Amino acid sequence: MAFLVMSGVRKGYGPAGRRVSVLRDIDLELEKGEFVAIVGYSGSGKTTLLSIAAGLVAPDAGQVWLDGREVTHPGPDRGVVFQNYSLLPWMTVRDNVALAVDQVFPQWSRERRGEHVDRHIAMVNLSSARDKKPAQLSGGMRQRVAVARALAMDPQVLLLDEPLGALDALTRATLQEEIARIWADDRKTVVMVTNDVDEGILLADRIVPLTAGPDATLGPPVVVDLPRPRRRKALNHVPRFKEIRGTVIDFLLGPGAPRATGSGLARGCLGSRPIEVGA
Amino acid sequence: MTRAKDWTAALLLPLVTVVGLPLFWTVSGARWSKSLPSPAKTWEVSKPYVLEPFGKRGELDQGILRFTWYSLLLVAKGYALALIIGTPLGFALGLSPLFARSFDPLIQVLRPVSPLAWLPLGFVLFERSQPAALFTIAVCAMWPTVLNTALGVRAIPQDYLNVARVLKLSPSKRLFKILIPATLPYMFTGFRLSLGLAWLVIVAVEMLTGTPGVGGFLWQEYNSLVYEHIILCILTIGLVGFTLDRLMGAVERRFQAS
Repeated sequence: MAFLVMSGVRKGYGPAGRRVSVLRDIDLELEKGEFVAIVGYSGSGKTTLLSIAAGLVAPDAGQVWLDGREVTHPGPDRGVVFQNYSLLPWMTVRDNVALAVDQVFPQWSRERRGEHVDRHIAMVNLSSARDKKPAQLSGGMRQRVAVARALAMDPQVLLLDEPLGALDALTRATLQEEIARIWADDRKTVVMVTNDVDEGILLADRIVPLTAGPDATLGPPVVVDLPRPRRRKALNHVPRFKEIRGTVIDFLLGPGAPRATGSGLARGCLGSRPIEVGA
Repeated sequence: MTRAKDWTAALLLPLVTVVGLPLFWTVSGARWSKSLPSPAKTWEVSKPYVLEPFGKRGELDQGILRFTWYSLLLVAKGYALALIIGTPLGFALGLSPLFARSFDPLIQVLRPVSPLAWLPLGFVLFERSQPAALFTIAVCAMWPTVLNTALGVRAIPQDYLNVARVLKLSPSKRLFKILIPATLPYMFTGFRLSLGLAWLVIVAVEMLTGTPGVGGFLWQEYNSLVYEHIILCILTIGLVGFTLDRLMGAVERRFQAS
């Protein structure tokens, strides 16, 4: 059995009778240390999919397995980075990370926990902002705190919910490289959902497209067999990069496109910005 | 030009009350309400109470700030009781829909009941005036705290609760690290409104129980036909209430900013 498995997952919202299906037949398998990007339209159920993997939302049918155990509740073995950061505004950067660390490693000494917190804050280049409150930080900095908090829990899986979705293109590019660097260091198993195909290709081992909702499901995975480290600027000229991008976009605009609306709108929803931006 | 206008407005408009009210007061006393003392007479008779604010010439004859101090002490006790009961009640209402559905009708019915109605029940329950007074203050003043706390708990963003779930925080950690800090701004709005109510209730309570304090003094001086002191007491009650509200407002803003 693979390390992280989602099998036959289905989820709908609303009262019985008028229930709207959000996800159906979700089958996904990740090996340990693999980085998978789920790319899909806004509103197609990406966040729901990730919340089910995290155990925050119970599926209507199907199961999630992590390392051979069924996931039924949320827990610190699955570090989640939410789209809107979810930092506690009354705590400093350090206290936000420390809350997680104190909870996950209560057996450690006070010094060791403090060291662990500081190391992860340094990992995302925020040592100088340690004692600031989230409101005093920019969007990119807040997102880095959220990443540091998730990594400091030393989870078995990292679940990233459009982690860079709310950021401007330049900050986004910087953070993408930072995520790539951190991932290269400790090879966590990662599921990232995003609406940006290029971001997926830059970071992931495998891209799994998600069709437009309602009633979304996963399309055929595309393996990203580009050598690492991948540089944004160089990638743009690699034929294989264009090929992968074409395959994913063709699926999302073809079989995976919204049924009622035309592909004009679909193109607007998909993040396929020129890759030169912020390189 | 507009700045000059603002200045004159800022200076002149408050003058309307500062000059106009004593004028109206003087005219009223002279024309249609013969027993109303004039402002000058009021000042004359109140002078020993204001100039020696902490003086104590007898049980019923003390400086105005001394009386105020007695009232504040009683309010502080009743208010503390209101917060101690009201805050957990608000949390319970906000956290448990079941609890909210069982107790909401009761709260809606008890909330509009006047302090004058609670006090006799207090006498029946406790048989002494001090606990009856505290009971009345607490039961009248706690509602804003209860309702605002409940509102604040219901308004906690799902994100913060998700953090607690992912980290598997224990119930007590969840309460002290997430729920209370997230609710504090709402709680303090409730605390401020509750304090205003407690101060409003104290006068009625003192009048009926005869406890020494500004309210008790006011009632006693009415009965002794010293009407000047009624006005002195009204002004004192107003100023103290205003000061308390400003103080709580400052505390409230501090919590909203962070």
